[in-house]
Amino acid sequence: MKESPESLVVDPGLDETIKKLTPERIQQVVNHVFDKECSARLQVYVNTCVHCGLCADACHTYISRDRDPDFSPVGKVKRTIWELIKRKGKVDGQFIRMMSRIVFTECAVCRRCSMYCPFGIDIAYLLLVGRRICNLLGVVPQYLQDTTNSHAVTLNQMWVQQDEWIDTLQWQEEEAQAEIPSARIPLEKEGAEVMYSVIAPEPKILAQLLGNISQIMTVAGIDWTMPATDGWDNSNMAMYSGDFEVMGRVERLHWETAARLKVKKIVMGECGHAFRGAVYDGPRWLGWQYPPIPMVHAIQFYYDLLTSGRIKIREKYKEPITVQDPCNTVRGLGLGKKLRYIMNEMCEDFRDVTPRFEHNYCCMAGGGTINCGPPWKRSRMVSNRVKAEQLKATGASIICTPCHNCHSGIEDIVGFYKLGMHVKFISEILVEIMEIPEELKT
Amino acid sequence: MFDFSRGPLVWIAFAILFFGSIYRIISMFLLLKKDKAVLPYMNLKFGLRSLFHWIIPYGSTIMRIRPVFSLLSFVFHLCLLILPIFALGHVIMWKESFGISWWTLPEPLTIFMTFLVVITGFIFIFRRIADPTVRFVSSAKEYILLLLVIAPFITGLMAFYQLFDYKIVIIIHMWSGALWLAAIPFTWLSHMFYFPFTRAYMGCEFGFVRHSKDW
Repeated sequence: MKESPESLVVDPGLDETIKKLTPERIQQVVNHVFDKECSARLQVYVNTCVHCGLCADACHTYISRDRDPDFSPVGKVKRTIWELIKRKGKVDGQFIRMMSRIVFTECAVCRRCSMYCPFGIDIAYLLLVGRRICNLLGVVPQYLQDTTNSHAVTLNQMWVQQDEWIDTLQWQEEEAQAEIPSARIPLEKEGAEVMYSVIAPEPKILAQLLGNISQIMTVAGIDWTMPATDGWDNSNMAMYSGDFEVMGRVERLHWETAARLKVKKIVMGECGHAFRGAVYDGPRWLGWQYPPIPMVHAIQFYYDLLTSGRIKIREKYKEPITVQDPCNTVRGLGLGKKLRYIMNEMCEDFRDVTPRFEHNYCCMAGGGTINCGPPWKRSRMVSNRVKAEQLKATGASIICTPCHNCHSGIEDIVGFYKLGMHVKFISEILVEIMEIPEELKT
Repeated sequence: MFDFSRGPLVWIAFAILFFGSIYRIISMFLLLKKDKAVLPYMNLKFGLRSLFHWIIPYGSTIMRIRPVFSLLSFVFHLCLLILPIFALGHVIMWKESFGISWWTLPEPLTIFMTFLVVITGFIFIFRRIADPTVRFVSSAKEYILLLLVIAPFITGLMAFYQLFDYKIVIIIHMWSGALWLAAIPFTWLSHMFYFPFTRAYMGCEFGFVRHSKDW
């Protein structure tokens, strides 16, 4: 096996945990997952794949790494799942370490490859099977495991305690009131039209976004609320670390909180994977076919506000701007056209990316990859040169990213490749340019 | 030997193909009982929509990214399906055995299509060797299967041009064809019958559930 720089990365989540593995344990877990959890799709996918390699053209890691066969989607499956099947789970700790590295840090499960497979094999699903096995064996990059542990203890991603949560909301309510005196962040309002959901990085490190949404909701005249209890965070790194038990707990509490508040719908902030967890993966794990309460993603929500005239643009945003299509809301929810509508409504000089919509390149931060933390940052950056090239070609100076993972990931790429661009959420642009009615100003 | 190949062998091959395929499809549905997140999300319209985009030439993005490979692939598969059913020699056998008869391909076209299968088949083998990405995921099995698939066509041509001993060539032709048919349910040649299911499921995941496209 050739030595790659990635194989030398030190991560206690992999290096220390594999010491506790026994061959019996590995085999037991592999067989359990293969036979009990994912039998039909795994079987059919593995038997249908003709090893044609057409999926390679889809993968940003493969393209960015000068078409290294190790990094093609099918190449990753060969090095992990095929090998486990061939050896019937009789592999050692070093193999599990390598597999954990591949499935967690070299694939963002963005599902672009699944659109390039002529048979529609869900390659990202096969990599997620690998993650599930690594999770059950406890071999998960340490930073990612930490976010999962946080979910397990606090039911949010960043160890935010209830008092900190309420305190942050009240602080941001005051911030919003500096702009619009009547702005509120209504807590625990039963029967409200909308429950607004955020992910833990908002109260923890991007609190101004909470102030922004308070201004937007006030101007748009939305009857909304946020919970004061746990259940406000629907980000779900457990979904990506393969800890489906914790994933289920997080999603169940989130939906139960919305049900307790008797809201008509949930509006999900600008985050893609949280939407995926809440609407797709969470309910499926819990045995619900569909979510019990409608959930609307921020892109859809802002689109509705702009088309209905509830938010009017005072003056269009001037700087040249481009956009990132997040996997989980464009490939995963078909919101690409609505996102373009928002961009053109808000901005004077919108410069689109190529490829775009469903075919956009991943940010290489989603799917839990950015949560694998600093040890893997360099690898992530090398894996997404193509994104830097794509963004640079637009000639824009601002990148609008309606997703938290894309936001952080693209910020990293801008820094690493010295693109000299800035990254913004839709809401950050919207509060700058929306019209605040006179009656709200006093 | 000839009589055996002409008679029972073909029957055995077809039986393996038929029952093997049914077995694989039934076992897939049985396994779906454990994999519960599939059937509730299937929808005929979106399944067919995806299938449609992927069976018409250049209906999907990857086919436009790889125009030559797509063309070769369509030619290969079309000839592969049409020839065994409509080649003159085969139609005569159908008629002798079952008394059923249908339209046959003109001989020059048959020969031309057979050459196409063999040539594209060798191009696929060459591609597997020459492209490092494909070579990385190709084991001996991949090459053997490809050779097995084109073997009846090579021997068919040899029989037509009366190269070597006709009797021996035709026996190899029958055996390779029989092996090929029998291998379908138990190798990745099973994409022949799994393809509509996997494609439709993906079409539904993208279209029905996620309101987006998968081509």
